[in-house]
Amino acid sequence: MSPEKMVRMANQIAIFFKTQPGDDAAEKIAQHLSDFWEPRMRDQLHAHIDAGGAGLDPLVIAADARIRAATAEG
Amino acid sequence: MKDFIIPVRERDMGTPARSGAPVTLTIDGVPVTVPEGTSVMRAAAEAGIQVPKLCATDSVEAFGSCRLCVVEIEGRRGTPASCTTPVAEGMEVRTGSDRVRKIRRGVMELYISDHPLDCLTCAANGDCELQDMAGMVGLRDVRYAAPEGAGLANHFEARNTSGAANPEWLPKDDSNPYFTYDPSKCIVCSRCVRACEEVQGTFALTIEGRGFDSRVSAGGAGDDFLTSDCVSCGACVQACPTATLQEKSVIELGTPDRSVVTTCAYCGVGCSFKAEMNGDELVRMVPYKHGKANRGHSCVKGRFAYGYAHHQDRILKPMIRERIDQPWREVEWDEALSFAAARLRGIQARHGRKSVGVITSSRCTNEETYLVQKLARAVFGNNNTDTCARVCHSPTGYGLGQTFGTSAGTQDFDSVEQTDVVIVIGANPTDGHPVFASRLKKRLRAGAKLIVIDPRRIDLVKSPHVQAAHHLPLRPGTNVAVVSAMAHVIVTEGLMDEAFIRTRCDWDEFQHYAEFISDPRHSPEATEMLTGVPAASLREAARLFATGGNGAIYYGLGVTEHSQGSTTVMGIANLAMLTGNIGRPGVGVNPLRGQNNVQGACDMGSFPHELPGYRHVKGAEVRAVYEQLWGVEIDPEPGLRIPNMLDAAVDGTFKGLYCQGEDILQSDPDTKHVAAGLAAMDCVIVHDLFLNETANYAHVFLPGSTFLEKDGTFTNAERRINRVRRVIPPRNGYADWEITQMLAKAMGADWGYTHPAQIMEEIALTTPSFAGVDYALLEEKGSVQWPVNDAAPEGTPLMHVDGFVRGKGRFIVTEYVATDERSGPRFPLLLTTGRILSQYNVGAQTRRTDNVIWHAEDVLEIHPHDAELRGVADGDWVRLVSRSGETSLRAKITDRVSPGVVYTTFHHPDTQANVITTDYSDWATNCPEYKVTAVQVSLSNGPSEWQEDYAAQAAQARRILPAAE
Ligand code: SF4
Ligand code: SF4
Ligand code: SF4
Ligand code: FES
Repeated sequence: MSPEKMVRMANQIAIFFKTQPGDDAAEKIAQHLSDFWEPRMRDQLHAHIDAGGAGLDPLVIAADARIRAATAEG
Repeated sequence: MKDFIIPVRERDMGTPARSGAPVTLTIDGVPVTVPEGTSVMRAAAEAGIQVPKLCATDSVEAFGSCRLCVVEIEGRRGTPASCTTPVAEGMEVRTGSDRVRKIRRGVMELYISDHPLDCLTCAANGDCELQDMAGMVGLRDVRYAAPEGAGLANHFEARNTSGAANPEWLPKDDSNPYFTYDPSKCIVCSRCVRACEEVQGTFALTIEGRGFDSRVSAGGAGDDFLTSDCVSCGACVQACPTATLQEKSVIELGTPDRSVVTTCAYCGVGCSFKAEMNGDELVRMVPYKHGKANRGHSCVKGRFAYGYAHHQDRILKPMIRERIDQPWREVEWDEALSFAAARLRGIQARHGRKSVGVITSSRCTNEETYLVQKLARAVFGNNNTDTCARVCHSPTGYGLGQTFGTSAGTQDFDSVEQTDVVIVIGANPTDGHPVFASRLKKRLRAGAKLIVIDPRRIDLVKSPHVQAAHHLPLRPGTNVAVVSAMAHVIVTEGLMDEAFIRTRCDWDEFQHYAEFISDPRHSPEATEMLTGVPAASLREAARLFATGGNGAIYYGLGVTEHSQGSTTVMGIANLAMLTGNIGRPGVGVNPLRGQNNVQGACDMGSFPHELPGYRHVKGAEVRAVYEQLWGVEIDPEPGLRIPNMLDAAVDGTFKGLYCQGEDILQSDPDTKHVAAGLAAMDCVIVHDLFLNETANYAHVFLPGSTFLEKDGTFTNAERRINRVRRVIPPRNGYADWEITQMLAKAMGADWGYTHPAQIMEEIALTTPSFAGVDYALLEEKGSVQWPVNDAAPEGTPLMHVDGFVRGKGRFIVTEYVATDERSGPRFPLLLTTGRILSQYNVGAQTRRTDNVIWHAEDVLEIHPHDAELRGVADGDWVRLVSRSGETSLRAKITDRVSPGVVYTTFHHPDTQANVITTDYSDWATNCPEYKVTAVQVSLSNGPSEWQEDYAAQAAQARRILPAAE
């Protein structure tokens, strides 16, 4: 998928969880990405972040870190 | 398993059922107890006594015009009509004295004197109530004759014996493609007029003239059935006791002698039909009175548009080709299946287990869908399964799942009879869900109030005897803002049902929500500029919904197909919880599903992240159930959704697809991207009735079977599991479930199902909400609504009665976020899409029936103001351009759409409205944003270059080599 499309989709998710009460938005975004994004898509996200993460909402980057940590554990 | 065969003619009780306190009376000495308000005629029928009748039938209210049904009642004078006389306690009725017999014979004699006596060659011979009644009352001779020398005093002879024209005679009206109106046989009982009013709610028919001159007339002077408002639902044909209104198929094929009960395969209403047969030929489809979704009603699609099963375009032999630029080669099943299996396995060997996937169909049965997702999970070894519900109702699954704990619609359709205020948002029921619309209109005529939230003035806003209390014509893409503004009014004006919220919902979440929604930025005044909805009418609508009694919300794809589709669904759930409108008849949140089995396809685990019954694949206990049964390991990671499959195909990591009963090239957004994805694959298997658009990119074509040719079940929008029964043998040789099984076996699986009932057993065994479902139960009950389990052995008409599925209902904050798809200087208009009554989805079926008479092409609706600005006149060819692509179609100038908004349907492949739509999608589910695309419109002189290239490519791709000898 094109990087712009991926960035837009990830940011859309971040925008929703940002508006929810509580301070665990990054956790919820991570959860959503793990539940609905196929591993290939998450890999593309990791790669994009490794390459600087242009255009991504900081919460997506925070969420991505959690996904990686969880994968490393599991 | 034995077919469910019932006699063609069911008992007609004469007048509609009532519900009231019991009343006991005696009829011909037989005591009978019926609800108060029941007619004497119906009470007699309950007691097994048939009173002769002509103008009464149990689908419409009695009218009392024919006087054939007269009876005597002890203590009353005269001979009252039994159809219009209500029962009373202790009443003594005699239905058969000499006196009434004489009256009846006299009545019949008069009728018959003005009726042709060509019974033996009449299409209704043997299926005519006039004939039956003449026999029943013992009519033996007719003494009336035209006086000598006077003109013909009848309506049925075109000319008298000397050849002079009879001015009373009218020719047949053949204009409707499916039925005829022959005035010479009409007895002016007005059953048709009442059916059109009461059952269908269209008011297309009237009785014109008086006395001997009375005639049934469709539309105004100069109209015939086709030019009138008639929507061809068939209710009048059904009600007509004679051959006056008659199906053309019966005229052609003869009267049926047996029938099989089955379910319509078109929309999510899921109407039950009797497929009436003459030998092994299907003569007609008649709506089934005991069908719990439709209660004996139908629309033009289910009633008449089944001819595609025998259309010449239907492909009946499997076909394969090496490359898509080659013509197709017809082969035997074995060869096609081993070719497909070898290709898929080859791809997996080269590109990995996850490089192939399936798309299940919302048109196929539950059993078939279950097998297709099982093919992906158990045979391919991945979760790459998705369904076209992705592109319609996936946000419902997510949104209602989050708020209520289940994606299920909360009510049955009967619930509408008890509703007081209805919100219809982003749905167009008279076109999309016609039988539900008729039931809704009936309730509206009885006094319920209607609020329509839609960018377009849909028919429901104003139609005969129905007028919406409020129409909120919002700008496409602002659903969340409008729904939130309604919630704002309800909360800030203190109209919420606090008792309900305290007992049934999570109070902390509500506090958050109340604080959020009370913010002045959500007020109708603050959002008016954005949404285009006048604040005052939004306030009134919100007050009406909160205070008007039972409030029900019905919504469709105008809610889900947006970048904030899931958020709007949550907003709708919030509204229902705020007003306490959950958990009893007459209320609720009701998604109107598009295709017939969208609900079932979702239930059956079509989604890449969920096993059947909406259980996430990450759950080890759930996986274990299937791992044990299937003897395979199930991938705990979610698979690819349809748009993701296409993206991965373009990226080169997804190479093979088995697509059953879906035409993603025509139905999915951004056609060029879909085409690029398909073209990048090494093996596309299309399993369908026709060479659809997707098949232009396919390597294997497996011919499918129609719903008439197989057994199975469909689940409609009210979670009702209805049986589909085989009416004729599959013309292609196999039912679709058999074909999927053959493909699985060719890939090494050891499946051995011999009947869909066994597949349902497996579903029940593994899926808690289906635990109690089996074919025997369906045979007994006709249909059941899931969950069916130990707690609810006969199913669940209403959800969340004593508590939400998730425990406490959850209010979710719904912040409006503008879509990225915005109009601007280059693309100043917003395009939104929809559909119309006579066509269905991509039109593959309905375009191959006479329904095309009502919709030969897709047109672009544009407001007069926008048209004038562009010099566009009604009927002109216009170019429609978005940043994705362009197409051409004809313009229709109408103020149904607001200035700045244009609208079209997507039923025809030459128009390809989806060339225009973009790849934007719902944030949570990737459901595409069909309902908002920024476009420009300008005059053009014909099809666009893309349309011409496309037509050429399609013609090339559809070549079939003559079969080798
Ligand atoms: S077919 Fe339906 S809409 Fe048409 S006249 Fe008959 S009842 Fe009315
Ligand atoms: S068309 Fe049929 S139903 Fe209508 S008035 Fe004539 S006989 Fe009765
Ligand atoms: S298309 Fe829908 S409303 Fe029409 S007959 Fe079929 S199920 Fe019923
Ligand atoms: S059936 Fe009762 S008056 Fe016609």
